[in-house]
Amino acid sequence: MRFLFKTDYDQDIRLFKDGVQMFWYALLGIVLLALPAVLPEYLMGQMVFILIYAIIGLGLMLLIGFTGQISLGHAAFLAVGAYTEAIMQAKGMPFVVSIVLSAVFAGAAGLIVGLPALRLKGIYLAIATMAFGFIAEEVITRWEHVTGGNSGKQLKQIDFFGIIIDNDTKFYYLALGLVVIILLGMINLMRSPTGRAFVAIRDSEISAQSMGIHLAKYKTIAFTFSAALTGVAGALYGHKLQFISPEQFNLLVSIEMTTLVFIGGLGSFHGAIFGAAFIIALPQLIVFAKDVLPPAIGQQTGLQPTVFGLILIGFLIFEPLGIYGRWVKIRTYFSLFPFYRRGMFKRQKSYMKSDRLK
Amino acid sequence: MSFFKAENLSIQFGGVKAVTNVSFEVQQGEVFTIIGPNGAGKTTIFNLISLIYPPTSGRITFEGREITGMTPHRVANLGIARTFQNIELFEHASVLQNLLIGRHNHTATRLWQELLFMPSVRRAEIEHREAVEKVIDFLDLQHHRDSMVAGLPYGVRKVVELGRALCIGPKLLLLDEPSSGLNPEETDDMAFWIEDIKKDLGVTVLMVEHDMSLVSRVSDRVLALAQGEMLSIGTSREVQSDPKVIEAYLGKPE
Ligand SMILES: Nc1ncnc2c1ncn2[C@@H]1O[C@H](COP(=O)(O)OP(=O)(O)OP(=O)(O)O)[C@@H](O)[C@H]1O
Ligand SMILES: [Mg+2]
Repeated sequence: MRFLFKTDYDQDIRLFKDGVQMFWYALLGIVLLALPAVLPEYLMGQMVFILIYAIIGLGLMLLIGFTGQISLGHAAFLAVGAYTEAIMQAKGMPFVVSIVLSAVFAGAAGLIVGLPALRLKGIYLAIATMAFGFIAEEVITRWEHVTGGNSGKQLKQIDFFGIIIDNDTKFYYLALGLVVIILLGMINLMRSPTGRAFVAIRDSEISAQSMGIHLAKYKTIAFTFSAALTGVAGALYGHKLQFISPEQFNLLVSIEMTTLVFIGGLGSFHGAIFGAAFIIALPQLIVFAKDVLPPAIGQQTGLQPTVFGLILIGFLIFEPLGIYGRWVKIRTYFSLFPFYRRGMFKRQKSYMKSDRLK
Repeated sequence: MSFFKAENLSIQFGGVKAVTNVSFEVQQGEVFTIIGPNGAGKTTIFNLISLIYPPTSGRITFEGREITGMTPHRVANLGIARTFQNIELFEHASVLQNLLIGRHNHTATRLWQELLFMPSVRRAEIEHREAVEKVIDFLDLQHHRDSMVAGLPYGVRKVVELGRALCIGPKLLLLDEPSSGLNPEETDDMAFWIEDIKKDLGVTVLMVEHDMSLVSRVSDRVLALAQGEMLSIGTSREVQSDPKVIEAYLGKPE
């Protein structure tokens, strides 16, 4: 167990709390860079998916985990990003430009949807964004001369300043670089006034407002950023699959993306990454389990959604802080060993809160 | 020009007349207290000032500017801070973060600078921190600086909420029942702080309070309300001895 003595305000501001933390992250960085040397190509492909989902997770974490606004229509922004990328690439635009445009277009779509939708709260916002998702899917299907309709669109390999991204290892490094850049930007935002305003809105709109926070403005910023990040992920997603069509961006995808942040752990960057890893690993584990389980269970149709649903419910009931919450507990257990008390993370009693401000 | 003025404020919720024709002025530098039985409309007046509800009629002016009709977040920018009767803190954030949010209206950095965490942002953050540390020292919150609000005892939360309002750097501070739920010792601390806020920080205080000993100790003037209407206004002693006020609290003698 170690104590942190603070002697400077900057210690609460800088990226790493101390040398020890910096060491662990440096080690993680080295492991991530060395991964392609160890893992087979197939698993590198899965790693790419994890990184793409991590970008989605970070975008949604900003919206759901930090600002407290729900969305069930984010697949639409994934689509905007993917289609923008496909169309711009076909026009001969270089990748660095087209990926930025994917972010800009998806962000603009987020802005347009967010402005009216964010007047709504909770379940109403969920339904409004879901409706937007349906509309977007419909538009993609019908707008054939741009999107190719149901016959979809092909994407070529990424040309990154002359380097053709023609295998998963290269793709992995590209996606890893993007994740790191996005993560740094988000950490910066969250340690700045804007990030604090997000958290304030999440925890109490009424008092955020009385602190001078313009609710509509900050909610819209969060929604726009979240959509833009999902757009970036969409562009990569399109390249990874090399073919996109409307049904890849339906409601189920939106729901999967949103559950990612709940399973990973609301309100933490780690949560977005853990959630992404979980969402990608689960289907693999289920495929594996199918062969081991007795055929009566293993061959059932709908096994995957059922397991998925059960795990989500399990998390909501037993570990509302998600995988990240579990991780914090395990880490605390080891760092305090043998002084860990069972009741340590017991949920604190919440004081009464009324909507009526009586 | 008066510092703060409410003129003929009225608000109705459906059939309930929560506040009817209330007018009062607060002078700069005083502690002005609103008292009244439960449901008298005290909190509603605060909510009208915070622009949470628009008044059915009447207007509010602060430093000569009409605030009724503004967008709600601007009230804080004008220098009016408040606390809530039931404590509305940011539960899943640390005390330090809660106080830093109080500095929101002093933000001068731009979004793109924040994304890159430019040196100007770091400098601004350190300035915010210094301002917040003054409040932490003032209210003796050093021990709780890094605690999560969700785990704090009630009395401390009350002080954190007061601190957060002070971080705004207000000219006018609205306190909704600052002593409710506090034990006698904590109430005593609260009384000292209110006196210091007035004397040392030069902040004008508009307060709602039930504890009459606290009211008489800190208030310069008192307004008594009952069922949304004004009963009496004057010094604490004058109001407490007003037969109309006694009747409102104790009922009519038979
Ligand atoms: N949003 C609302 N909708 C409907 N009625 C309301 C609303 N807010 C307040 N009221 C009513 O207005 C009246 C005054 O309420 P208010 O909360 O201002 O009382 P108060 O003087 O603060 O009382 P207390 O001492 O219990 O805090 C009450 O009858 C209350 O039920
Ligand atoms: Mg009240």
